[in-house]
Amino acid sequence: MIDFWIILTASLVATSTAILGCFLIMRKMAMIGDAISHAVLPGIVIAYLLTDSRASFPMLVGAAASGMLVTYIIQFFNQKVKLQQDASIGISYTFLFAVGIILISVFSNDVDLDQECVLYGEIAYVPLDKSFIGDLYIGPRQVWILGTTLLLIATSVWLGYRKLVVTTFDPSFAAALGINVVFWQYYLMAGVSLATVVSFESVGAVLVIAFLSGPAATAFLITRDFKRMIFFAIALGISASIIGYYTAFWLQGSIAGAIATIIGLQFALVFAYTQLLRKSRIAKVLDNKALT
Amino acid sequence: MEFFTEIASFFTFSEPNVKVVFWGSLILCAISGLVGTFTLLRKRALIGDVISHSVLPGIALAFIIGQQKNPLYLIIGAAISGWISTYLVDYITKHSKIKNDTAIALILSVFFGAGVLLLTHIQHSGNAAQSGLDQFIFGRASAMNMNDVWLFTIVGSIITLLIVVFFRGLSLLSFDESYSQSIGFPNEILKLILSITTVITVAMGVQAVGVVLMSALLITPAACAKFWTNNIIHLAILAVILSGLAGVLGSAISYTYNGMPTGPWIVVVISVFAFISAFIGSKNGLAKKVLQRNQNNKKILRENTIKLFYNPDEGETLSYPFDTVFQKSNMHRNTLKKGLNMLKSEGLLKVTNGAYKPTELGVKESKAIVRKHRLWELYISRFMHLQPDHVHDDAEGIEHVITPEIERELEKELDFPTRDPHDSEIPY
Repeated sequence: MIDFWIILTASLVATSTAILGCFLIMRKMAMIGDAISHAVLPGIVIAYLLTDSRASFPMLVGAAASGMLVTYIIQFFNQKVKLQQDASIGISYTFLFAVGIILISVFSNDVDLDQECVLYGEIAYVPLDKSFIGDLYIGPRQVWILGTTLLLIATSVWLGYRKLVVTTFDPSFAAALGINVVFWQYYLMAGVSLATVVSFESVGAVLVIAFLSGPAATAFLITRDFKRMIFFAIALGISASIIGYYTAFWLQGSIAGAIATIIGLQFALVFAYTQLLRKSRIAKVLDNKALT
Repeated sequence: MEFFTEIASFFTFSEPNVKVVFWGSLILCAISGLVGTFTLLRKRALIGDVISHSVLPGIALAFIIGQQKNPLYLIIGAAISGWISTYLVDYITKHSKIKNDTAIALILSVFFGAGVLLLTHIQHSGNAAQSGLDQFIFGRASAMNMNDVWLFTIVGSIITLLIVVFFRGLSLLSFDESYSQSIGFPNEILKLILSITTVITVAMGVQAVGVVLMSALLITPAACAKFWTNNIIHLAILAVILSGLAGVLGSAISYTYNGMPTGPWIVVVISVFAFISAFIGSKNGLAKKVLQRNQNNKKILRENTIKLFYNPDEGETLSYPFDTVFQKSNMHRNTLKKGLNMLKSEGLLKVTNGAYKPTELGVKESKAIVRKHRLWELYISRFMHLQPDHVHDDAEGIEHVITPEIERELEKELDFPTRDPHDSEIPY
């Protein structure tokens, strides 16, 4: 049963991040996702210190606040003082992440978060944190939180799908149609912050990037159809979760780390295959030319 | 009080270990400041991010193969996996439709994940020598020893020497890659030098600040220095100084308070430097920009106001009451008042009975500005073939930035004209 709950948790994380990841990588915003996932840390710690609990709602508020802060700092450096984009991202998130780690060290006695957990999560402990309705055991708490998040993200993407797609692929056309491009960008960012925060406990800050960018990138290599790309990404994410779990079991290592490794291998396989395909196609074209 | 004695004990090296921490952090941060200058200028700041996350599997594998924590092995392992990661990012971006930022995010997180997997695997394998290997994630300067410092010094000197010797080529590569290629600089070798020095710096640095924050040491010092200078030599020197200072201050703080991680403190100190520089930096700083904008606005207001008093008829200068001037202008009432007061205090206008009259100097100024305006109108109507009724708006803006040299050029180009496109006189 423990196997099942852990794989289910990982699959829930993989599904919500795969959906958002497809939009992120098409918008060339993968690194903004990276920045947000690191930068939510101080928000989470402060929320924890203020409310003295691991309740999800205050943490969510804290994380959203520091997620907003990092996008603001990036914009400040990039637009107000004209620092190049990559450096603006780099400065902002490392700063907030460092502050988060310092807060954890200062209040190490009061905070039930340790430094390693921040980076790669504690998915193995998920089944231990149980929830009940009355006396009835209804599964781990994380599964319920992640399930609700997935439902929320899937519904909001489904509702805003057309506008999200238009603003992603052709923002100037979208603007000409009278669609508020900035609003839909923040709509997506809000989704990313939400997914990052709830995935934080199970997979940590760095590995959630693997979930966001990996399956989406692999799916992008497979298909040109955006809807199909989303479904492929979800399938890849879930299969990586299952294979990753057993790999971790075999190697006696971190589950989240193993899933990230499998995501990388999936990409490597598909990438190698597309390269071979391309080469054989080029060879075929050259052969035909030689004949004529 | 205890705080000060602790700080004092840090800077007087009263404990032998402090000396190690001091020199270790100083040398590491200084080198990364130097190397980071070029990564920043080549717009590859996030590549530093990739390398620093990606050294982790190399460290873990080096430990599995060597079964001990020899710093040299670990650094070699780290450097190899760091180098592979940058190669993969470039390869994926070049050979597929995957965008650069996606490739960066993917490689960074997957390598890190593999590193975490291997590290946790080692921890469960029961090898006693592994304890402390997880320090590479957050870094612990206090875990350094004298051998590490010697290693940093030697490797650091080699890196510095390489950069000094190839400085011209590296600067050209950073600013204009295709130009450097076209005049026959060995671009590929220069790029290789840069990527090797970056990888080695990161591989050494993770010991002190850890994999996540190492990228900050590459990016932030140079970005900080960029707010103060545009000269690449000054930029590199300033980045080295700021970074070294942050290294020393950061490790002093983490030494003073027990149980504080070094890396995050160094990063916080250097980030604070960056924020301060962004506000008060003498180049590109926010304060400087605001100041400049204010000065510009003042100059424009001054010139636009004196222009109102231009009188083509030589001889007597007339005086105008405020309302006449106001009707002539299309400025806001208060703005105009501000402009008039400015001119009055500069001695370009005299006020008698509420009427404004330009002084001799004022007349000269008003002619000068009208002259620039009309010269420009003539210039663009003649050389850009614009209709006379289309040239005014452009000249309204340009008249404030024409220098005496440009004015002379315009005169020569237009063959010392006397009439503008609207057939008004160009005053001299």
